[in-house]
Amino acid sequence: MKQLAIRVLVLLTVTTGTLYVGWRWLFSVNWVNWWIAVPLVLAETYSLIDSYLFGLTMWRRKDRGEAPPPPEDATVDVLITTYNEPVEMVVATAEASERIVHPHTTWILDDGDRPEMRAAAARLGVGYLTRGDEWEDMPRHAKAGNLNSALFRTDGEFLLILDADQIPDPRILDHTLGWFRDPEVALVQTPQWFSNVTTSDPLGSQAPLFYGPIQQGKDGWNAAFFCGSNALLRRDALMQLGIVGYVREVERAVGDTLRASRRILTKAVARARKDTPELVPSVSLVLDAVHVAQRRLDDGFPVSEVTYEFQRTVQDASRSVVSDDLAAIRADLADLQLLAGPDADALPVDVDAELGLPVVDEAALERLSTRELSPLAAVDSVRRLMTAVDVDRADEAQPMMPLATVSVTEDMATCMRLHANGWKSVYHHEILAHGLAPEDLRTMLQQRLRWAQGTLQVLLRENPITQRGLSIGQRLMYFATMWSYLSGFAAVVYLAAPVVYLCLGILPVKAYGLTFLAYFIPYVVLNQLLFAVIGYGVKTWRGHQYSLALFPLWIRACVTAAANVWFGRPLGFVVTPKTRQARQPFPWRLIWPQLTAMAVLVVACVVGGLRLWAGTTTSVIGTGVNWLWVAYDLLVLSVIIEAARFRVPEFPDEVEERAA
Amino acid sequence: MTEWQTDVSDGVAVIVCPARVSMAVAASFREAIAAAAAEAPKVVVDLGPTTFIDSSGLGALVSGLKTCRQAGGDLRIAAAGEQVRTVLKLTNLDRILRPHDSVEDARRDW
Repeated sequence: MKQLAIRVLVLLTVTTGTLYVGWRWLFSVNWVNWWIAVPLVLAETYSLIDSYLFGLTMWRRKDRGEAPPPPEDATVDVLITTYNEPVEMVVATAEASERIVHPHTTWILDDGDRPEMRAAAARLGVGYLTRGDEWEDMPRHAKAGNLNSALFRTDGEFLLILDADQIPDPRILDHTLGWFRDPEVALVQTPQWFSNVTTSDPLGSQAPLFYGPIQQGKDGWNAAFFCGSNALLRRDALMQLGIVGYVREVERAVGDTLRASRRILTKAVARARKDTPELVPSVSLVLDAVHVAQRRLDDGFPVSEVTYEFQRTVQDASRSVVSDDLAAIRADLADLQLLAGPDADALPVDVDAELGLPVVDEAALERLSTRELSPLAAVDSVRRLMTAVDVDRADEAQPMMPLATVSVTEDMATCMRLHANGWKSVYHHEILAHGLAPEDLRTMLQQRLRWAQGTLQVLLRENPITQRGLSIGQRLMYFATMWSYLSGFAAVVYLAAPVVYLCLGILPVKAYGLTFLAYFIPYVVLNQLLFAVIGYGVKTWRGHQYSLALFPLWIRACVTAAANVWFGRPLGFVVTPKTRQARQPFPWRLIWPQLTAMAVLVVACVVGGLRLWAGTTTSVIGTGVNWLWVAYDLLVLSVIIEAARFRVPEFPDEVEERAA
Repeated sequence: MTEWQTDVSDGVAVIVCPARVSMAVAASFREAIAAAAAEAPKVVVDLGPTTFIDSSGLGALVSGLKTCRQAGGDLRIAAAGEQVRTVLKLTNLDRILRPHDSVEDARRDW
């Protein structure tokens, strides 16, 4: 019944919304003032698309209820990831994990490699894992790397992933494992719920709309998201991802490198003809080997065979090049120094420092292949290029990375790949773990920034709309979440438009008259009604506030993620601290954009009133609409002041209490 | 603990796999390949007796390939049955490793 009501409301909302935005585009854009009129109508279109995506999510909302009993003999590893959280916190989580009823093995995955953590694990009698030697000087991939490393040191059929602060309920496995009776299910996600949050939740830590209607809606499209913690994964599904990803990376890297080698060697042969004709046969031999390798790859020969033979040929050739002419080598020393000198690692095939993917730097490759390399240096650089990308993925600690390392938020990227490989996911709507939310504004902002950046990285690197293997519904469910992170730009327009009207009398809309209200009011009222019905009994207001109030952060996330993906700039990655940060004065610097916006809005209201009083403007409706608009903006933005003033009440025995 | 039978002859190590190569034995499988590669870095994995392999088993093969390559050798697989070939195809791993029909085939031209 409720579902029917929701569907009716969804239809009414998008219909009235489409009528309103259609009317805006066709009849009411004030083209004379295009510089504010066009941004406003674009922002409104953005919001309408958001409504469509939200409506689509709600259309198939799925309430699964209880899971069937666990599969017989299911083996489970509980993996608790930690980096720098206090030992007591991890111990509390591990103790709670030991109290889980269903048989399992508890592991502490300590990326900080701390002796006191190791000792605590030994005392508790739980497993303790750190990275092995193979990770030395390799890209570490933060949490994804930590989990990937543990995957190869444990052997349970299912994995329960817990962040260091997530205290599991003893029934967590009994209540969730049953979903794996469907052999295609790879993931069961449960809600994240925070125990250190007050009822008013000024930092907006609880996400009841997401861990509720939204996840249930996504679940209806078989697109329930993996959120990094409080989730169960099927090992076989992850390992399969690892292998598929490994094959993809190797094929791509080998193909790219062969193309580059061909260019390098072609030039080297030309140079050898001119300067050192006696070297032509050897270098040509290597060039021939490149041709053969490329042809064989195209013909579908297995990569390992092709690269193995290629390596052999190059080895023989470089030996003969070396023995050919010792004098030539001396002349080449300068060239070689360029390659093997202090920046020996300056190969154009590099490893992205942030993400650890083998990145073929097109520009550097171009430079290398256009440089006047001596034959010997050319052969040597080709040999080294090929080793860098060979099937053993010498640039990674493990050749396989089952958990996606393409983004700082490994969870979403991994989940999307699981879905693309045909696996199913489940959202189990029951709180079975209690964690700790950030307790101050700075930490909260860092966390939100990281999520936003990660999500946008996935959008830019692996756009869900074009991912093969995903159903239309799944594509749209992923896209919906990414789309919502673009809201910062729309927010700026929504803040600016009323200011422009009230202060300058410039209309972005042809008229704020009754026609405007007739189109606008039904849309807004229905939209609010839809949220009220969906969010009945759930506090959704904080989420609404933050989606607008954090506009500077969302914009920053978009800019930095784009700079990272397109130009390789670092994101400035931070691990979210789970512990309280030192007391700080009112954090002006963190929220000055919001404070400025609020001040400007208030001034605009006063100016608008004065203009009406002085008769500079005559539109009472126009001024009234904009006043209401500003009032709404201020109400929404006010959350940021509340959050900045917020100080968590002290609970000295918090950890013990939660563990009890 | 599964016993991994390894025979070394003519500089080639042949590892004979058990019926099930799954997550339960993946770790010891990796160790067996590493031990074999230390003796002779050219390793043939004989999957003849294997009726079931999962992704963890394939993962051990990939790790093994890395180990052998770094030791200056290579890893080849032989005598894969129907289930093994299906899984190789499903994960595209047959794009990297050629399933040789028999151990003799795998040793040829090495």
